[in-house]
Amino acid sequence: MDGTLLFQLVLSGLIVGALYGVVAMCFVLIYKASQVVNFAQGEFMLIGAWACWWLLVKFQLPFVAAFLVTLAFMMLFGLILQFVVLKPLIGEPIISVIMVTIGLSIFFQALMKWLFGVSVQPFPPIFAAPDMNVLGLQIRTVYAMSTLISIGIMAAFAWFFKFSRMGLAMRATAFNQQVAQSLGISVRKVFALAWGISAMVSALAGVVVGVVNGVSPALSFFGIKVFPAVILGGLDSIIGAVVGGLVIGVLENVAHYADSQWLHWGNLHEIAPFYVLILILMVRPYGLFGTRDIERV
Amino acid sequence: MAGTVALRPCGDFRTTYGGDQTVFPTRLSLAFCFLGIAALCFAPFVFSKYVLSLLIQIGYLGIAALGLNILVGFTGQISIGHAVFFGFGAFASAYFSNKLNVPVFFAIPLAGVATTAVGLLFGVPAARLKGLYLAIATLAAQFILEDFFARASWFTGGVAGTAAKSFSIFGIEMSGDQRYFYVVLAYVVILYLAATNLMRTRDGRALVALRDHYLSAEMMGINLTKYRTMSFGVSAFYAGIGGALYGHYLGFVSVEGFGIFFSIQFLAMVIIGGLGSVMGTLMGTVFMVLLPEAMGGLAKLLSGSYIDRLLSLDEGVVFLREMAIGAVIVLFLIFEPDGLAHRWRQIRAYWKLYPFSH
Repeated sequence: MDGTLLFQLVLSGLIVGALYGVVAMCFVLIYKASQVVNFAQGEFMLIGAWACWWLLVKFQLPFVAAFLVTLAFMMLFGLILQFVVLKPLIGEPIISVIMVTIGLSIFFQALMKWLFGVSVQPFPPIFAAPDMNVLGLQIRTVYAMSTLISIGIMAAFAWFFKFSRMGLAMRATAFNQQVAQSLGISVRKVFALAWGISAMVSALAGVVVGVVNGVSPALSFFGIKVFPAVILGGLDSIIGAVVGGLVIGVLENVAHYADSQWLHWGNLHEIAPFYVLILILMVRPYGLFGTRDIERV
Repeated sequence: MAGTVALRPCGDFRTTYGGDQTVFPTRLSLAFCFLGIAALCFAPFVFSKYVLSLLIQIGYLGIAALGLNILVGFTGQISIGHAVFFGFGAFASAYFSNKLNVPVFFAIPLAGVATTAVGLLFGVPAARLKGLYLAIATLAAQFILEDFFARASWFTGGVAGTAAKSFSIFGIEMSGDQRYFYVVLAYVVILYLAATNLMRTRDGRALVALRDHYLSAEMMGINLTKYRTMSFGVSAFYAGIGGALYGHYLGFVSVEGFGIFFSIQFLAMVIIGGLGSVMGTLMGTVFMVLLPEAMGGLAKLLSGSYIDRLLSLDEGVVFLREMAIGAVIVLFLIFEPDGLAHRWRQIRAYWKLYPFSH
């Protein structure tokens, strides 16, 4: 393997990995705030992508307008979902909560298939030039955009949790709900907002993936791919989610290359993250950056 | 059945340990159970082929779902990969009978044992992990084993799938819905009784203790690793048997069809029926088998009407079924988290204690 090829593999891995990282962050956000493992994260992406596509194709809205409407809609969607479905389940055993999100994921996936069909629908072209030149490297504009957006979201998350009032309230709630409540933080609001933000940002990632690859039901598999990333980084660590996403992205690309060159197994790149997942669970279940669970009686 | 571990409605008291541990709480329920089995023996002469095929489906799915209920409902472990164990049982039984020339009669239990071995392999992480981490580990197992099915053509026939021989006993061919029904019925009765009895033993109580408070259970001398692994193995055994029955019923096992959606359907059966209830599992299975049929019937009923034209139901019915499954899971968890079994017990207690129940 020569240097340029390796560079290219790692670079494209990082681009995809950044998107994994963004979705993983949304996942961690929900887990941290409300201790819910959200199996419907991929469906948030799917719904967002389809909504944006629909606005663009059927109503001929300009991209920026459609994008903003989609984000507003998904924010509302997340809030309503939390209020209607997840709120009655606060305090229920973990299996119930997991199963509810699985049920939601099945429901919305089938609904989207029904409404928009199962075939891949390309987004209308958004940029005038399909390629652009960055430091002598020929890059497709959509990839550049996707990377920029991913970095932008990560920066926004960092700012949100470090400096904004609501972000601090969320961190406090994640640390200890009772103490947070006694300090005057509305835990109810925190839960709702966590779902809203998570749905919105996932949808953003969904639109980006849709612009790059076209929209199809397969997009929601992203939500499953997030698990290796999240477990690698640690379930309750935002930084871990980003690092995990990047690692899984690169791993996938390298596995794809190794597969096509030497092994010829066919779909190693899809399965490799899950082998990594099992390995991590065996060795270090709390991940690279997660907090270790200590139980006291 | 198995009233020892499930929720009990108000006013339904037990005063002796013996009364608490009976398989059948009253003589009437015992009589009903025997009558039910006896009545089912006549089913092939009464019902059409369609109803019989549904009953057989309920049988083999119910066996696998019971395995999952032992794992989820009684032990409190979560598995999102039950369908691959079901699939492994189907392939293993076909493999034993085709390649190793084992008679199908022995191949089915053998497939159960083989699936147990695989289940124990994936149960090793299960022994260390719990709750959510285990859910994710079994999710990985789902994808890894599914990938294995597609890859291991010596075992599964690869993309082409594999044929499974029909069941025969003492030289009598038990093929066709009418005869195969008895095979499935026998397995259902044996395995359901075995599970009910398991819950009355020391091992069964250990599983329940582990579910309710694993730290206290460990302090009382229950070996957590052993029982978590055991529960995983038992669950895989049931799944393997169910899968083997499925394979020999259809006569053909395809690599596709053991996906994550199927695993979730098993979980739905267990939750709808009632976690930690043996009879509830069967109720949940019946519900989940009939739900898609009901959706199909609904679509047929509405065909040609305004709603049909508006929603294009004939092509959307596949998605309607999936949506119904998702919706049912969510609705049950919000409104009836203890499942049909609990609802049934409440109805029974209401009549039994008639004017004084609440």
